[in-house]
Amino acid sequence: MIATETVQERVQIPLAVESLSAERIAYLEELVNQAKTAAAVFTQFTQEDVDRIVKAMVLAGLEQAQHLARLAVEETRLGVMEDKVLKNMVATEFVYNYIKDKRTVGIIREFLERNLIEMAEPIGVIFSVTPITNPTSTVLFKCIMAIKTRNAVIFSPHPKAWHCCSEAVRIMYEIALKHGAPEGVFSCLESPTLVDNAFLMKHKDVGLIDATGGPGMVKAAYSSGKPALGVGAGNTPVYLEKTADLNTAVVDIIVSKTFDNGTICASEQTVVIDDEIYEAALQKFADLGAHVCNEKETKRLERTVIDPQTGFMQPMAVGQKAADIARFAGLSVKPNTKLLIAPIQGVGHDHPLSVEKLFPVLAVYRAKSVAEALRVCVDVNHAGGLGHTAVIFSRNEEVIRKFGEVINAGRIIVNSPGSIGALGAVYNDLVPTFSFGCGTGGGNSTTDNVNIFHYLNIKRLARRTQTHMWFRVPNQIYFNMNAVENLRQFPSLSTIIVTSPLLEQMGHVDIVRRHICPKTHVHVQVIPDAEPEVKIITQGVEALNFYKADQIIALGGGSVIDAAKIMKLKYESPEADLEYLAAPFLDLRKRVVQYPTEKINRARLIAISTTSGTGSEVTPFAVLTDKASGRKVTLADYSLTPDVAIVDPQFVMSMPKGLTADTGIDCLTHALEAGVSNYASPYTDSSAMQAIRLVFKYLPIAYEHPRDEEARCMMHNAACIAAMAFSNASVGVNHALAHAFGARFGVPHGRANALMLPHVMAYNAAVPTKFMPSPYTQGYVAHKKYATVADLLGLGGHTVEEKVKNLIQATEQLLDQLGFPRSIAELGISREEFERAVPELASIAFDDPSWRSNPRMPLMSELVQLFWKAYEGRGVAKGAGVS
Amino acid sequence: MAMTAVFLNVDETRVVPALREAGEKLDGTEGEVVLDFSSMHRIDSSALRAMEELARIAEGKNVKVVLRGVNVDVYKVLKLVKLTRRFSFVN
Repeated sequence: MIATETVQERVQIPLAVESLSAERIAYLEELVNQAKTAAAVFTQFTQEDVDRIVKAMVLAGLEQAQHLARLAVEETRLGVMEDKVLKNMVATEFVYNYIKDKRTVGIIREFLERNLIEMAEPIGVIFSVTPITNPTSTVLFKCIMAIKTRNAVIFSPHPKAWHCCSEAVRIMYEIALKHGAPEGVFSCLESPTLVDNAFLMKHKDVGLIDATGGPGMVKAAYSSGKPALGVGAGNTPVYLEKTADLNTAVVDIIVSKTFDNGTICASEQTVVIDDEIYEAALQKFADLGAHVCNEKETKRLERTVIDPQTGFMQPMAVGQKAADIARFAGLSVKPNTKLLIAPIQGVGHDHPLSVEKLFPVLAVYRAKSVAEALRVCVDVNHAGGLGHTAVIFSRNEEVIRKFGEVINAGRIIVNSPGSIGALGAVYNDLVPTFSFGCGTGGGNSTTDNVNIFHYLNIKRLARRTQTHMWFRVPNQIYFNMNAVENLRQFPSLSTIIVTSPLLEQMGHVDIVRRHICPKTHVHVQVIPDAEPEVKIITQGVEALNFYKADQIIALGGGSVIDAAKIMKLKYESPEADLEYLAAPFLDLRKRVVQYPTEKINRARLIAISTTSGTGSEVTPFAVLTDKASGRKVTLADYSLTPDVAIVDPQFVMSMPKGLTADTGIDCLTHALEAGVSNYASPYTDSSAMQAIRLVFKYLPIAYEHPRDEEARCMMHNAACIAAMAFSNASVGVNHALAHAFGARFGVPHGRANALMLPHVMAYNAAVPTKFMPSPYTQGYVAHKKYATVADLLGLGGHTVEEKVKNLIQATEQLLDQLGFPRSIAELGISREEFERAVPELASIAFDDPSWRSNPRMPLMSELVQLFWKAYEGRGVAKGAGVS
Repeated sequence: MAMTAVFLNVDETRVVPALREAGEKLDGTEGEVVLDFSSMHRIDSSALRAMEELARIAEGKNVKVVLRGVNVDVYKVLKLVKLTRRFSFVN
């Protein structure tokens, strides 16, 4: 609602509280103190307590509706008594109907599926400024809201509406007190002044300012530094579109604009009428009691009701009858004229009647097209009505939607009266209110119809949620000697075998060929045994397209299988942008980039691993090198996971010792890191633990006795099982360090892992400097999980610390047994060279996504320290354990 | 060591008289006054005023007022009106 104000009020609210006398300050302090005590006492009230009081207040308000309306009209000389009765009834009955079943004490809403509970906390003391235009209804409304939310209110009514407002406050207070409300819950400022308002707006014990008034008052509220609900002026455009039901529209506009003589700030101000119905509409208005002004009358009217200096409406016209306004302007109209209609040709300073007019004068504009009509409505909206209310009468859904898009108004009322429509709960399902939030357009904090929830602090009790986890692996894994025979069961017309030159020379391709379904056309795509490049992928995809492959068999180590995964991705989704798909992410399930789901060829990818380390045959990862840009592209998505994995040890029987050791330790690192990962689950733990057990038992044998079929078979299985674990639980800081170091110094991945492993285990087993936030884990368990591994391996120890130490010692022994260099220094890298490299290595390692699931969040300084420990090497177990 | 000179049970049905009585007993008291709030589930404005007065008298006479068994809802009210700093609390 808007109060009629002086120009001075609009421009500035004086904030010079120094001018207050000591007596006045003592009086204001006492009001605040009473309210503060009442609000404090109120915190003990239950929902039932407040609901009981509210109901009594509503009934009292209804009983006194006419009395208060009469007082308001007598005192303010604004509006229509009968309409004010209705307003008082809406402010009580309709508001009650909305709030009666709403919870405002304790738990107010529960979102069980989100483990979230909302609880109410009262605000305390509210300082409320009320307007002259809707004085008693606003007071009734705010009193009811305050009790429902257990707040105390100090009212500062417009001075010209003080008596009726203080009577409304008295009635509400007495009935509330009678039904148990705390003493001092409402008070009404005697002889309020703007300086009083300024003092109270800044008072430390006032929690919220609810200022319903003119722009100056609202601005003062927002400038006070206090949380404020400042709701102010409007300038409601109405579009009367040619498809509208004219009879309904004209009656609705008259009902709304004449309601309480137009004092509701949501009422219609300028009606933009389509050319096609303009004459008919004006005739309809005239038929129903409006007076349509001619050009000369319009000029006289605008000189009378609009202040030429400020461009705002004249206060003397506010809330007056149309016939009286006509008389002031010297117009000759029928005595029962309801509304003065003034045609205007534009909006803005040159068209004074295009501003807000809180009296029954309505501007009309004739629009030649929908586009022009919308443009004029936007102009009206921006001429003082931003964020407030707008109205459209139309049956054209497209026009209604467009109107909604271009108009900035918290309430866009369709095919119903603007003022009563905006109040809510009468013509629509808007929340009933007597304060219209106008959003940032109106300098307000909300666009809502202000209601009980704006009188509450809403607390959210958020319980820890049981985050969904996953365990995703290929749906078919064939393992043990000669598992390749299972290829036969996969029908194919055209198969491409992606492999490396060495494996082709070794006859492995022939073995695979023998087991492919008969009559299948087979093409062998030989690629270098190195991290795949874009060019290799492109050639592979061309071959897949040329042969119309329905099956891809990747036979090789990690690089070959990675290449085949990417070839399949591009074959199925040619538009896939690999750089884009490689965008960084923190949580696979919340990633921004989505992999394509459309598959145009639906080819099957079968991965046959020829090393026992990477486990690429079951992982959702692939790495690509773009030589042109010099960038490495890491792709990660479960759609990359091969459809079928074949883990056949016959392809690793001839692996050289060095490769056996490197890949074996890579496998062990996968399992150990997955085991202590923050993403670890019972599903991944079972795989990780089993893989660790197999490595400790069979890796030394496979290394010493390469032809030992059982050891090879178990190591091949271990690599696959460990990969299933880290595909779902991820790896950790060991991999981040190894990636950075290996790339910088050209050290094979498994060997780089081996150099870091004991140091990282000791690091993760110690109390972290910084814990890694993780909803998946409960407490810090890395050291305990290492201890569990030690138990599984039968390493002995009585305490967790001893067990961790024994595990690290066993790992160091294994590394020694496999002939690994045990320090970076042993690789021949000088201390000086390493010292130069370390800052960059730490930085690269920190950027590596591998550690995001590490149980301990590595600080940059700790990464540096770990690099140096790896440089010095040896003897980790001596100092290991939880520290 | 402080002596407990006065021990009063504050009954919810007659809080204000009980607090006034406590205020009167402060005369000539040394040490501390313990008021048992265990049976008080709610506090109203008049009781708060009486507590404010009691705190004022106690401060003037340098007597410590200890509130025993204050439930958390009442404690919150005392906190909101800034009275907690003027009393001591024990369970």
